[in-house]
Amino acid sequence: MTETKTSGNRSRETRIGVIGRPIDRIDGPLKVRGDATYAYETTLEGTAFGYILGAAVAKGRIAEIDTGEAERAPAVLLVMTHRNAPAQPDFGPAVTPTVPEVFTRARPALNSERVRYYDEPVALVVAETFEAARAAAGLIKVRYDEEPGLYDLPAHVADAYAPKRTNAGFETDSVIGDFESAFAAAPVKVDATYRTPFEHHNPMEPHATLAAWSGNELTIHTSAQTLANFRAGVASTLRIPPERVRIVSPFIGGGFGSKLIAHADTILAALAAQVLQRPVKIALTRQQMFANAGHRAEMIQQVRLSTDTDGRLTGIAHDVWSATSSFEEYCEQTAVFARSLYAAPNRVTRHRLIPLDINRGEWMRSPGEAPGMLAFECAMDELAERLGLDPIELRIRNEPVQDPERGVPFSTRNLVACMEEGARRFGWERRNPTPGRAREGRKLIGYGMAAAIRPNYIGAATARVAIDRDGRVTARLDMTDIGTGSYTILTQIAAESLGLPISSIKVELGDSRFPRTAGSGGSWGAASAGSALHNACNALKQRILEAAASSEASPLRGAGATDASFADGEVRLGQRSTSLADLIRRIAPDGFEAEGSVAAGAATQSYKAYSQHSYGAHFAEVAVDCDTGEIRMRRMLAVMGAGRILNAKTARSQIIGGMTWGIGAALMEQTVLDPRYGHFVNHDLAEYHVPTNGDVPEMEVVFLEEHDDKANPLGAKGLGELGVCGAGAAVANAIYNATGVRVREFPITLDKLLPALPVIAI
Amino acid sequence: MQSFTYERAASAEQAAAAVAAQPDAKFISGGTNLLDLMKLEIERPAHLVDISRLPLDRIEETAAGGLRVGAQVRNSDLAADPRVRSRYPMLTQALLAGASGQIRNKASTSGNLLQRTRCPYFYDRNMPCNKREQGSGCAALQGFNRTHAVLGASEACIAVHPSDMAVAMAGLDARIETISPGGETRTIPIGDLHRLPEATPHVETVLGHGEMIAAVTLPPPPPGRQVYRKVRDRASYAFALVSVAAIVEKSGDRIRSARIAMGGVAARPWRATEAERTLAGAVASDGAFTDAAEAALAGAVGHGGNDFKIPLAKRTMRHTLAAAVESA
Amino acid sequence: MAETDYRNGPTRRAVLEGGVATGVLLATSIPAYAEPAGAVSAAASAAPAPTMPMTLRINAKDLSVELDPRTTLLDALRNHLGLTGSKKGCDHGQCGACTVLVDGRRINSCLTLAAMHEGDEITTVEGLAVGDRLHPVQAAFVARDGFQCGYCTPGQICSAVGMLGEARAGWPSHASADVAAASVALTDAEIRERMSGNICRCAAYPNIVAAIRDAAEGA
Repeated sequence: MTETKTSGNRSRETRIGVIGRPIDRIDGPLKVRGDATYAYETTLEGTAFGYILGAAVAKGRIAEIDTGEAERAPAVLLVMTHRNAPAQPDFGPAVTPTVPEVFTRARPALNSERVRYYDEPVALVVAETFEAARAAAGLIKVRYDEEPGLYDLPAHVADAYAPKRTNAGFETDSVIGDFESAFAAAPVKVDATYRTPFEHHNPMEPHATLAAWSGNELTIHTSAQTLANFRAGVASTLRIPPERVRIVSPFIGGGFGSKLIAHADTILAALAAQVLQRPVKIALTRQQMFANAGHRAEMIQQVRLSTDTDGRLTGIAHDVWSATSSFEEYCEQTAVFARSLYAAPNRVTRHRLIPLDINRGEWMRSPGEAPGMLAFECAMDELAERLGLDPIELRIRNEPVQDPERGVPFSTRNLVACMEEGARRFGWERRNPTPGRAREGRKLIGYGMAAAIRPNYIGAATARVAIDRDGRVTARLDMTDIGTGSYTILTQIAAESLGLPISSIKVELGDSRFPRTAGSGGSWGAASAGSALHNACNALKQRILEAAASSEASPLRGAGATDASFADGEVRLGQRSTSLADLIRRIAPDGFEAEGSVAAGAATQSYKAYSQHSYGAHFAEVAVDCDTGEIRMRRMLAVMGAGRILNAKTARSQIIGGMTWGIGAALMEQTVLDPRYGHFVNHDLAEYHVPTNGDVPEMEVVFLEEHDDKANPLGAKGLGELGVCGAGAAVANAIYNATGVRVREFPITLDKLLPALPVIAI
Repeated sequence: MQSFTYERAASAEQAAAAVAAQPDAKFISGGTNLLDLMKLEIERPAHLVDISRLPLDRIEETAAGGLRVGAQVRNSDLAADPRVRSRYPMLTQALLAGASGQIRNKASTSGNLLQRTRCPYFYDRNMPCNKREQGSGCAALQGFNRTHAVLGASEACIAVHPSDMAVAMAGLDARIETISPGGETRTIPIGDLHRLPEATPHVETVLGHGEMIAAVTLPPPPPGRQVYRKVRDRASYAFALVSVAAIVEKSGDRIRSARIAMGGVAARPWRATEAERTLAGAVASDGAFTDAAEAALAGAVGHGGNDFKIPLAKRTMRHTLAAAVESA
Repeated sequence: MAETDYRNGPTRRAVLEGGVATGVLLATSIPAYAEPAGAVSAAASAAPAPTMPMTLRINAKDLSVELDPRTTLLDALRNHLGLTGSKKGCDHGQCGACTVLVDGRRINSCLTLAAMHEGDEITTVEGLAVGDRLHPVQAAFVARDGFQCGYCTPGQICSAVGMLGEARAGWPSHASADVAAASVALTDAEIRERMSGNICRCAAYPNIVAAIRDAAEGA
């Protein structure tokens, strides 16, 4: 068991077993000095500054647009509208038939007089300075023919339709057995409807691009999570071959799923740079990000659970109605996790969509589980209370022996161990099962827990690794580090594989000229890119050994042994060993290079034969002010079974980040779509609340020892999203335990709690 | 942000005259609200007169035993002043409950008083807002109005004044000293500084164009315990849903006097005079606090999304009064 | 119905009252319509925007620049002076990524004009380390993993440096039980409250608190 209460100690650069060690981030010094260069910070001679003007209506057409005053404004170089923007392909149909096309389709900007959503770009001003561009954008006069639009999810549930697939290619519905009959006949049941709001990613770095053309080659310095997809999208929008587009993104100021596809900043910077024959830089403003950079859609979720008198589930139904965009479908896989989490003979999961006149939703950290488990794991808590069972005991009684819908074994599944270990560490036995009973002064205290599950994805990835005559290793792949620690764990993987110190390894990421990976998203980054690099290092070692065995200059020539090892900077073959650097100098003065790859998980036999997930258990303690209903966190604990941990320090950071997202979803995050105007009302960071430092309590993270050899050669699984899954439900369940008030409309703000909070005598 | 010219003022009189000379001129001090609004073109001054370096940054004892706070005293300096902390702790508490450490280091005393509402429709130029554009309508009235006013609002505007500091100052009967372009000065009770919206929500204070706040005078601290309680959606760095500033003076079991002001409920810091009258002479008890809270909110009107503020304000006032008495 | 300034939504709303917009025409004709579609309208009059000379003292160096009066201190640093360590996260004082020290005090550089800071001593994240030696707060952030993506980090670090000075001076905070107390015990609750003006969406908060605690204890 690896406990990772933060250790501030710099670990020794031990060569063996460097994977897993809590070494400091490789890119740490750059970041704390302010020397890491993010997209907008790249400087090129002659760069001009762009500023986007967004639509003032949510649906309609531009009837007139007067750019004269803006064009005459000082230092203005270009005003681009749909009337003069270079030609781009049409956007295409609303429904996206396949997953790849979501990433690669053209996303034109300023391509039409149509306005499809509020704040959609209607003009771009490019000027010599940022100040001049922004001011000139304010001088553009636009008249719209506004059309009535749909902006109200609950009012249009009757118009819902079933998409062909959910995000990530899952079946829209799943049906096993006869849920309705089982539910009707069950002695104990819960039928609860929850609402989860629009939410926004809000990475700290706004979406930004510097575009520069050199002849017909385009270089895009931007903030992107997956370079290959991003490149494909840019290329198809500009109607040029992907080979002529280079994406550079060495540092990314957070993405959380909002930087998987190109947005207007990228497309417009590329177009303007082409028109002006100058580099052009554009960032979305924080306010513009709310309409133009994705969101998690509002949802209504009905969860129905039925059990026998012993608390064994006889039926599970999870129905989801979600908002989507009228011009591009996005169906979050909200109920999909429910297909694997608990045993029950009769089961239904369904996804339905209601098109609204808003921009498309995008993949927001833990798509599916984040909203789905927020609802479902609260329903489990409601069921436990109805049964008079401890919530952990209820879950243990419904632990499946194999994947309940796929009928295949689990690769690893330590959910019960996570819950039991968590209960022990958290002092779960101190929880009063009767809600509203624990008080400290004028604070009501509550404990809550929830399970966590997140599928293991592997994306196709290739890595190239080279060693030079001085024994220095360079690994290159178009992987990204969005704060997840890719630079660091990939360095550790190469160091361990090649038996070299960390200081001998250089990992270069974030350039589409490097071998293609699946990038960062869906928690697949570490396992996918890491496995590719692991395989590349193996291939490199194989090449070295082959040459060492045969080269006349090799001190290992004719060792004849097969038990080779790379450790402590040396290569050992049988009884003989030599310095790796020295060996390379002798046998290959130009060094060696090798590539390694992994195939997409879905295509592998292992993926078909095993149900592969990470699991965990979240625990939360809250205090609720009995007078005002204010909810404040007291402490949180997560116990995770997530395969092999590649770096205990960065892994813990990923989980505490996710847990904080759980706090945000449970307590404060909500974007309000005005049903009259179709705009997100609270579109800035003053009014869209994300947790501050003061909202986040002491957090403990424990990783259970686990090595998932079915998942990939490293035995590692994703962590970036697992911390979110169920975390919010643990908070919500703690609030119920504290107050006896069950709020089913997220976030749980004090106004929803207050009417049911009794007035307690002073 | 449209173009403007910029000058640093040499004196208070010159600053007032410089602003008065141009209809589109404005004072800039900390800039933490003005620049925010200028970037969104909600404010479009043609000329800025920088008053941040005027020698109005001192806190001085008054002959009456109070404090005179220069208009350019930063919020953090005011909060940290030992005299304020010991004699007006409610003011320090209110200041520290507002904004962030960075903003408090920049924001001035006068700028805090004159900051504009955070109504999200005011902040979006595409939306109707009578405060921003007279006669265009109020989008909040039928819209997302969770944070809006329940007292003193009108059909034209239901925005709230976002300051915490001003609420404490209202409870302390602060007086605002101004200087006008001609050099003449006047003193305005804080309760008269901000206007209720009525039909003209774009006119927010009684100050004339070019009239500059020079100082805020705090009378000697009134007897009784001071408590400032802010209720908000997250633990820090958020505007008040409701706040209560209370000073309760006890005599034996009874309350001799009370001063109560509320924030987050109106277009100005709201002095709860009815509640004060209810409490004067009453036995300090849960019942008296509850009656006071009922009296304070008797005229409150919700607009849907903010209905909860009425019970919230009552509950907050009740326990804040209890806290003030308890620790008295 | 006579309003014609369509930049202003309120006016538009007034026009649109009663349902779907009708094609209300602007009172003035719009010559831009004469342009053929697809034409590049590179503006003819790229007259420069007015600027004013100023000297800013940043990280102990005097830097003379000509800047548009509208330039914020943050944009001056990032777009004109090559000091991109200070970050733009929201441009409205709502996130703290732009935090710098002015005369030792932390402020949001996005909410102040460069022109207002002539004569001030400005310190950005680039000015904290001495050569290769990191400032103790920077070193503690690395050791405690007080960041992930790193974008809020320079602001967090400048804010922490300023905050430690405030605490040393005995300034109370919202987390202080007695605001009149002469000194501050920098508990975790105090650090959290005092650092709440710096949003970290990766949510490294517990690690940021640990880093600042380390730096405070080591100081």
